Amino acid sequence: METINLFITTNMFELFQYSFAVRGFEAGIIIGLIAPLIGIFLVLRRYSLIADTLAHVSLAGIAIGFLLKINPILTAMVSTVLSSVVIERLRSSKKVYGESALAIFLSGSLALAVVLISLAHGFNVGLLNYLFGSIVTVKQADLYIIGILGAVVAVVLYLFYKELVYISFDEESAQVSGIPTRMINTLLIILAALTVTLSIPIVGVLLISALMVIPVVTALQFRKSFMKTIVIAELVSVFSVVAGIFTSFYLNLSTGGTIVLISLLVFGFSLGLRRK
Amino acid sequence: MPVDHTKNIIEVEGVSFAYNEDLVLEKVSLNIHKGDYLGVIGPNGGGKTTLIKIMLGLLEPSAGKVRMFGQEIHEFRDRSRIGYVPQKVINFDVNFPATVFEVVAMGRYGKLGLFKSLTKEDKKIINESLRQVEMYEFRDRIIGDLSGGQQQRVFVARALAGQPEVIFLDEPMAGVDVMAQDQFYQLLKKLNRELELTLVFISHDIEAVVNEVTEIAFVNRSLSYDNNPKNFNKGDLEKLYGDNKFIHHHKHV
Repeated sequence: METINLFITTNMFELFQYSFAVRGFEAGIIIGLIAPLIGIFLVLRRYSLIADTLAHVSLAGIAIGFLLKINPILTAMVSTVLSSVVIERLRSSKKVYGESALAIFLSGSLALAVVLISLAHGFNVGLLNYLFGSIVTVKQADLYIIGILGAVVAVVLYLFYKELVYISFDEESAQVSGIPTRMINTLLIILAALTVTLSIPIVGVLLISALMVIPVVTALQFRKSFMKTIVIAELVSVFSVVAGIFTSFYLNLSTGGTIVLISLLVFGFSLGLRRK
Repeated sequence: MPVDHTKNIIEVEGVSFAYNEDLVLEKVSLNIHKGDYLGVIGPNGGGKTTLIKIMLGLLEPSAGKVRMFGQEIHEFRDRSRIGYVPQKVINFDVNFPATVFEVVAMGRYGKLGLFKSLTKEDKKIINESLRQVEMYEFRDRIIGDLSGGQQQRVFVARALAGQPEVIFLDEPMAGVDVMAQDQFYQLLKKLNRELELTLVFISHDIEAVVNEVTEIAFVNRSLSYDNNPKNFNKGDLEKLYGDNKFIHHHKHV
C-alpha cells in the first residue's frame, strides 16, 4: 500500500509533463462539463438517439475534412449543425417518423463517411483516433475550437434554461403560455450538434452519446430537483473524464473507451444505491 | 364587486375541423363570458379536446374563427392571460427531476419572457399559488412522488402562477381518486367564486360536472349549449348522444 501511494504521488502528475496531455486534459474537462448539460434535455425529451445519429453524421464531416485537408472538427461541426436542422424539420413535419428520420441519417451518413474515407485513402490511425477518441489527437487549434464551442453552448443553455426545462416537462403547456417551442426545439438540436462536434477528439465519434447520456441517467437515479440533478450529472461526468484520462494514460488504454466504462461503473453504483 | 358576466372573453365562430376526411367539429359557435364556469362535456372522440386546442391556438380550424379577449387567436400575444391544466396525471413522466416549486415556477416563464430569471416577486407569487391549492408544504418534494390528486393541484398552482384570467382544464380528474376529486371540485369552485377566474372544464363525467359548473356545452361534433346545467337532464343527454344536430340554447345576451 505504501509503495502504491508513493507511486501515485510521484507519478500521477507525470501526465502533465507532456503538452499534448495537458491539452487533452483541458479539452476533456470542457467536454465533461458541457456533455451532461445538453444531455439532460436530450434524455428527458427522449432524444438520446439524436446524439448518436449526429455523431455518425460528424464522421461524414470528418471524412470531408480529410478529403479537403481542412481541420476535420470544423467540417464535422458544419455537417452536424446542418443535419440537425434537417432532422428536426423532418421530425416536426411528420412526413417521416421521428425514429426513422434518425435511422436515415445514421446509416446514410455512415455510408457517405465510408465512401469518402476510401476516396481519401484515409483508413489509418488518425481516423481510428476520431472514431474512439484519444487525448493525443487534440491539437492546439482543436483546443481553441473546443473552448469556443463549449462557451457558446454553455451561454446559450444558460439563456434558454427556463424555456428548455418547461418544454422538456410539458411542451404543450409551454406552447400555450407563449413560449416559442419550435425555435427552442431547433436551438436544442443545434446545441446538441455543437456538443457532439466538440466531444469528438476526446471520446470519439462512436462514444459521444455515452458521455451525454450516462451521467444524466446516473443523476436521475437520485430523484432530486432539476438543478441538483444537473450538478450530480456534472460531477459524475467530470469524474469519469478525469479518472478515464488518468487511467487510460497510465495503463495505455483507449481514452474514450475508458471514460465511458468508468461512467458506466458509476451508473451501476447509482442503480445499486437506489435499490436500497 | 359582481363579475360582469356579459363580457365575452372567448368567441368561437362557426368553427369546423377535420382530421383528413373525418369531420370532428362542425360549425361550432360559442361565447365564453367573464366569470363563467363552463363545463365542456360529451362522449370520447366527440371533439372536446379538439375544440379546446383550437381555442388555445394549438390547432388550426378548417373553417371559422376564434377570438381571445377580442383578438384573433393568431394575433393574440398576451398569453399569460390564459392558464392551462393538461391531462397531465396520466401523461407525464414520473421520473422527471423537478420539485413541486420548480413545476409551479414554469407557470411564470411565459410571463417573464426570454432571458429573464425569477425575481423575488415571482417567487412570492409562486408560493402564493401553492398556498391557494394547499400544496405549499410539498414545495420541495419531487413531483413524481406525489399522488394523482396532489399532482393535479400542483398543475392548477402552475396555471395560477401565471395570474391568468381564464383557466382551461382538460380532463383534470383522470387518474385522480374519488376523495381527491371532491377536494378538487371545491378548489375549482373557490377559484371561480373568490378569485373570479373564468374556468373552462373539459370532462366526460357528465353527472359530476352538471352539479359543479354554471354553464354547460355539450360537444359531439356539433355543439349544444345551455347556460343552466340544472336544465340539462337525462332525456336531453340521450337525445344528444343519438343526434348530431346543432342546438343552441344560449340565454346570455
